Amino acid sequence: MNLLLPLLQRVFYAAMLLVAVLILNFSMLHLAPGDIADTIAQASGGADAEMMAQIRKDYGLDQPFLVQLGQYIGKVLTLDLGYSFFYNQPVTTLIFEKLPATLLLVITAQVLALVVGVFLGVFSARNPRGIVSYLVTFIALFGYAAPVFWTGILLLIAFSLKIQLFPVAGMVDVAIEGGWFVKALDVARHMVLPVLTLSSIFLALYSRLCRASMMEVLGSDYIRTAKAKGLSERQITYKHALKNSLSPVVTLAGLQFSAVVSGAVLVETVFSWPGLGTLALQSIIARDTPTILGILFFSALVVIVGNLITDFVLRLIDPRVGKSS
Amino acid sequence: MKKTLASLIGASVMAMAMVPAVQAQEPKQGGTLTMAIQQTPRHLNPAVQSGTATGAPGAQLFAAPLRYDENWDPQPYLAESWELSEDSLSMTLNLVKTATFHDGAPITSEDVKFSVETIKANHPFKTMFAPVESVETPDAHTAILKLSQPHPALMLAMSSQLMPIIPKHVYGDGQDPKAHPQNSENVVGSGPFKLVEFVRDQHIILERNEDFFMDGRPYLDKIVMRIIKDASARTIGLENGEIELVAFENNVRNINRLKKVDSLDVSSDGYAAIGPIDWLAFNTKKGKTADKAVRQAIAYAVDKNFILKAIMLGAAEQANAPIHPGSPLSDNAVNAYDLDLDKANKLLDDAGYAKDGDGTRFELTIDYGWPALKPQAEYLKAALKKIGIAVSVRASADFPTWAKRISTYDFDMTWDTVFNWGDPVIGVHRTYQSTNIKEGVIWSNTQQYENARVDELLEMAGKENDPAKRKELYAEFQAIVAEELPVYWTNTLPYHTISNTSVGNPPRGIWATSSPLDRVYLK
Repeated sequence: MNLLLPLLQRVFYAAMLLVAVLILNFSMLHLAPGDIADTIAQASGGADAEMMAQIRKDYGLDQPFLVQLGQYIGKVLTLDLGYSFFYNQPVTTLIFEKLPATLLLVITAQVLALVVGVFLGVFSARNPRGIVSYLVTFIALFGYAAPVFWTGILLLIAFSLKIQLFPVAGMVDVAIEGGWFVKALDVARHMVLPVLTLSSIFLALYSRLCRASMMEVLGSDYIRTAKAKGLSERQITYKHALKNSLSPVVTLAGLQFSAVVSGAVLVETVFSWPGLGTLALQSIIARDTPTILGILFFSALVVIVGNLITDFVLRLIDPRVGKSS
Repeated sequence: MKKTLASLIGASVMAMAMVPAVQAQEPKQGGTLTMAIQQTPRHLNPAVQSGTATGAPGAQLFAAPLRYDENWDPQPYLAESWELSEDSLSMTLNLVKTATFHDGAPITSEDVKFSVETIKANHPFKTMFAPVESVETPDAHTAILKLSQPHPALMLAMSSQLMPIIPKHVYGDGQDPKAHPQNSENVVGSGPFKLVEFVRDQHIILERNEDFFMDGRPYLDKIVMRIIKDASARTIGLENGEIELVAFENNVRNINRLKKVDSLDVSSDGYAAIGPIDWLAFNTKKGKTADKAVRQAIAYAVDKNFILKAIMLGAAEQANAPIHPGSPLSDNAVNAYDLDLDKANKLLDDAGYAKDGDGTRFELTIDYGWPALKPQAEYLKAALKKIGIAVSVRASADFPTWAKRISTYDFDMTWDTVFNWGDPVIGVHRTYQSTNIKEGVIWSNTQQYENARVDELLEMAGKENDPAKRKELYAEFQAIVAEELPVYWTNTLPYHTISNTSVGNPPRGIWATSSPLDRVYLK
């Protein structure tokens, strides 16, 4: 009961948010000058007037704005995201083709950033004046300050060109033949650089935050009590201190989930990772309205689900969360 | 006409005979070529989708009546011979009798007829087949294209990029050919390679068509086209050998960098037919740029050398005329408007545009369609300041935003890149003919340029089958527009083909990779 009501409330807000996302995006896209007929003309190297009129008619772009909006919302309510103007494919097909690749990238990067970030944070909090601590601070600041695409290209130059360890682009090597294990290994090899790039920023954030909150917790009274009880340093750090210092990190991780998704757009472009990011970029450039709206819809969904999960993880870590409200 | 044709064929036979002498190595059978392409095509059927993104895979999947070598000479392909009638009103194609589609069905004159009709109804380049009134099919291997007027552009229009032969029994099933499901999967083609797989944003995999009608071809077993949009990733892939061929590369910094790599061949050959030209276009109907003297003054104030050296880093060629300098019809010897600030100032003084207290005569805006042209727009601002024109640079959020502005004539000047697409009738006329002033259509005559003599010359040149006379007509046209300057041409787009030295016969013909890659092999 305690969990169900806030959940329902959340789901209701989420649904409202999704509708708002749709209406807002649809209106903004409609305000922008030009449309898909122009980009098809661009892809074709030219066009003629009848053809452009035909394209607009085929895609209903000659209708008044409110009619178009009404039709679109009506379709979405029946779970139909429409047809991509550019690829002539159902938008849901396009998105489900790409979603797994993006989820794989985003989740792996997020988990890596969290695990390594927390570990580094704890480590440097225990020896705040040590060389490792300074090193962590330096790497953290560097990773946070450097633009993602730049980090990506540097990693490419280092590990694809100078030391030819990882492939430059894509998700699979089409020449590889073998069982699922060989193929999974191949995907893993392609994933290393994009995941490192994407996690670099968040690794910085999490390690800094974890370090700060760990140091704060380590100075509190109950830790002194634990020390006085004669518990080992290890037990104090991991059993008592870490649990309490984690909640700001988890909160931030949840908030950052949307940033990870948008960071994925850049990383996917640099590494030609065939996910939602490349599709998003392509459809924005092509002014492929149904696809853009579909992607934004799904991104909003992913972020909302991510935040819901964060919320419940927080409740698990810290029972006080949710009690006061 | 027959004589010219015979000599043409003779020349191409000789050219073909010379090829083995030049090559040190015999082509080898087998292997997989890994290419990178910059964009995901909308689909793979060039009959209903123009542009090189579809053209490159499309030319492998579908054969065309003719193909071209690097000297603009037509060569037999799906048509083993062709003949234009005395009155130039019917073109007879004699098809290769053993040719089959990828599903085993024979390629017949009915398919040629269907292809021409489909292209005519759906392709954006209406002028290509506009004079084709009907296609007669006296027997299964003879197709006669009946023309309403002489139409020399037909020769280049019969290339793979523009006239793929598609099977009637597949694409003629009543569905809209533009949205046909077999444009992207289970493509039934007529060309040297068959489609294995097309995964959007990832790759296109093609395999050897064992039953291809040209004996022993293609040499390659497989072509993998990897879709890599990021220029840095393509460059690194070429350097470390992961990618063996990239065409249509125009990032000059990367090109110059790759020129220094020993394992790579870098060449700008192969783009004459596609013919991309960078130019500064003027609104000839509105504001100060409606005055010819202003346009000429601007041309004199822009230093093409600066653009070629500082922006293009020496990787592009100078262009002075509307037809690409690589075309036999180009007249690059027209007035080039070499930098001359005194002349520019004098033109403006004489036209009555006096400088005010700050040394400014008047203000203009410059647009550009995509980020690659931004340096040129910024440079223009600096260059025209010297002659007292204050320029403000207007960025556009994306292509449609820019296209809307230009095609509704809301601009003074814009920097642009426009393609010739083979024959001038297809890609050049559209910019200068007054009949093609069409509001809302990008790359029509958005300059709204009108000149009765130009209209007349283009009309005549479009119908003139004699190459010498045709060249003369185009020369006069080029002289007029170079004087009146609706558009000021600066340079060719620095397209380059980069291939690993292990690749034999890299595509160097006039259509680059939008032509069959059946002669490419791996050493």
